[in-house]
Amino acid sequence: MTVIEIDGLAKSYRVYQKKEGIWPSIKGLFHREYRTVEAVRGIDLRVDRGEFVAFLGPNGAGKTTTLKLLSGVITPTSGTARVLGHVPWQRENAYRRRFALVMGQKNQLWWDLPANESFRLHQQIYRIERRQFERTRDELTSMLGVRELLSQPVRELSLGERMKMELIAALLHSPEVLFLDEPTIGLDVVAQYNVQNFLRHYQQTRQITILLTSHYMKDVAALCRRVVVISLGRIIYDGSLSGIIDRFGGHKVISLQMSNGQPPDVMARYGQVLAAEPPRIKLRVERSMVPQVLSAILAHCAVEDVSVEDPPLEQVIAEMFTHPNGPGGHADEGERPA
Amino acid sequence: MSRASRKLSAEVADSPESGESSKSLWGGHLEGGWSWQAFRSRAAIWWTILRISIEERLVYRGDFALGTLMRFLPIVTQIFLWGAVFSAIEATAGSSQVAGYSYRDFIAYYLLTMLSRAFSSMPGLASGIARSIRDGTVKKYLIQPVDMLGFLLLYRVAHKLVYYLVAAGPFALVFYLCRGFFPGWPDPLTLAAFVASLGMAFLLGFFLEATLGMIGFWFLEVSSLLFVYMLFSYFFSGHMFPIDMLPGILGTIVHALPLQYLAYFPSAVFLGKVTGPALAWGLATQLGWVVFFIVASRRTFHLGVRRYSGFGG
Repeated sequence: MTVIEIDGLAKSYRVYQKKEGIWPSIKGLFHREYRTVEAVRGIDLRVDRGEFVAFLGPNGAGKTTTLKLLSGVITPTSGTARVLGHVPWQRENAYRRRFALVMGQKNQLWWDLPANESFRLHQQIYRIERRQFERTRDELTSMLGVRELLSQPVRELSLGERMKMELIAALLHSPEVLFLDEPTIGLDVVAQYNVQNFLRHYQQTRQITILLTSHYMKDVAALCRRVVVISLGRIIYDGSLSGIIDRFGGHKVISLQMSNGQPPDVMARYGQVLAAEPPRIKLRVERSMVPQVLSAILAHCAVEDVSVEDPPLEQVIAEMFTHPNGPGGHADEGERPA
Repeated sequence: MSRASRKLSAEVADSPESGESSKSLWGGHLEGGWSWQAFRSRAAIWWTILRISIEERLVYRGDFALGTLMRFLPIVTQIFLWGAVFSAIEATAGSSQVAGYSYRDFIAYYLLTMLSRAFSSMPGLASGIARSIRDGTVKKYLIQPVDMLGFLLLYRVAHKLVYYLVAAGPFALVFYLCRGFFPGWPDPLTLAAFVASLGMAFLLGFFLEATLGMIGFWFLEVSSLLFVYMLFSYFFSGHMFPIDMLPGILGTIVHALPLQYLAYFPSAVFLGKVTGPALAWGLATQLGWVVFFIVASRRTFHLGVRRYSGFGG
């Protein structure tokens, strides 16, 4: 069942262009120049119930704008979207009770009061029956290991603990759709791992639909089977995470350990030398050339050990953001229709 | 509390639609109708918001108590200042009255405006709304099934209740010590009109400042605008001096503004300077301004949200 349907969704902003210096500032009092920024340029997307989808893209790609549109915070310039059958920017209560948005540290918690007070308020606002509220709260606080912190003022919690409380606040009303905007930003590796584990378990148990933006590939790799890559306001890829490497990783990395102790100087002719720490050497080789290059190396050099690997995902994605059209054709052709 | 305010608070935490699809200016039809069950549910929400707001206000009790008590200091300086002014006028002009006000009237008026301001002043409301628009925290009112204006109104009620709790003693002491400046208690009808005008002064102050804060949807920085408003409000609400002292066209203009209902009007009612049909007309006009600013704040919010860009990440 399709939960999120987006057709031709676009959002543009008019942004004031201020030049540097005093005189342009004075001129700006009388005449201002504006630039139209097209944050989202007509995206189409379908998300089914129970999917955990990652939105990837460089800063300013349109990921957060898309989440803001889908949560009804902003109104689109054109296009349509329906989430759970609702038009988000109509902000009907019937819709607002069925989704949640967690945006980094923009907290919903009262800073000077214990998180439990904010949770009580959520109970009332979302009309959660008392016993159900207490059951959900206790379950979530136990899963995230913050049960004993419920009575501590939010301002005295660590960043990771606050993020966990934010997540609990967002999940108390058992939303069917959850929008997560960089939920692990600024957290240490332990807290990141805990939040990832929690999200994975929660999503699998409840089968809710989650859209996640994150710059941490570990989040994405741990949680999402489906990845949507946005660049310059357009979807340039929609498919599996491994598919990104197949599609956009135009090269492989050959790691060699030479048996004579010294890598031959001629290795550069087989590919781009990425690292040379004798007797080890790493070569970047075009994917299509790997068989020929490998047989040539093995024929001419004394090799003790060899491995062929995909380049690191972060590197592929960084290249993908830099050259969105990719090495092998048009980038709009994802694994599945966007 | 006026009908308008009751209607508003009925929808405090549960305006079905606060955005484009609002079915009415107040935020839409009431979900679940007006059944007893629905009312109890809403009352529980109001109470929770009120309770949590009160708890929050009491966190920094030292700062709050000090801030509240320090507000009484200007009274002493005002009494001496106007004492000197009236002495000088009496010495030079030979009159003990200025524009119909004696020194005693003046101090009584000043004390009453202080009381009126305790209802109508909304420290940090407009700037807080503008800041939340600027830094993006306004988002929570857009994604949660809660009406922002209703929520802020209850938060402000909590703020005022705590303030009155702390300030009741000092207020009573000041009025007791200054009882000689007052002509005596007004009749019950005047007293009722005074209480009504104070209640409406609270609502007027709230919705007027909320409307100003919403301008932040268009102009991210509104501090200068708010400064100008505060300046005008200080003079033309009657906080500085009774506005019926203003002569000619200026007096006419100031009387046509809503600001007088924030301080001057309640005080004038208590002192018996507005009576009979003028009193009824004054209360009706004050109510009219309250309704006007309820509508204006709702409308501004509605339009502002449409052009909101979700700043601040």
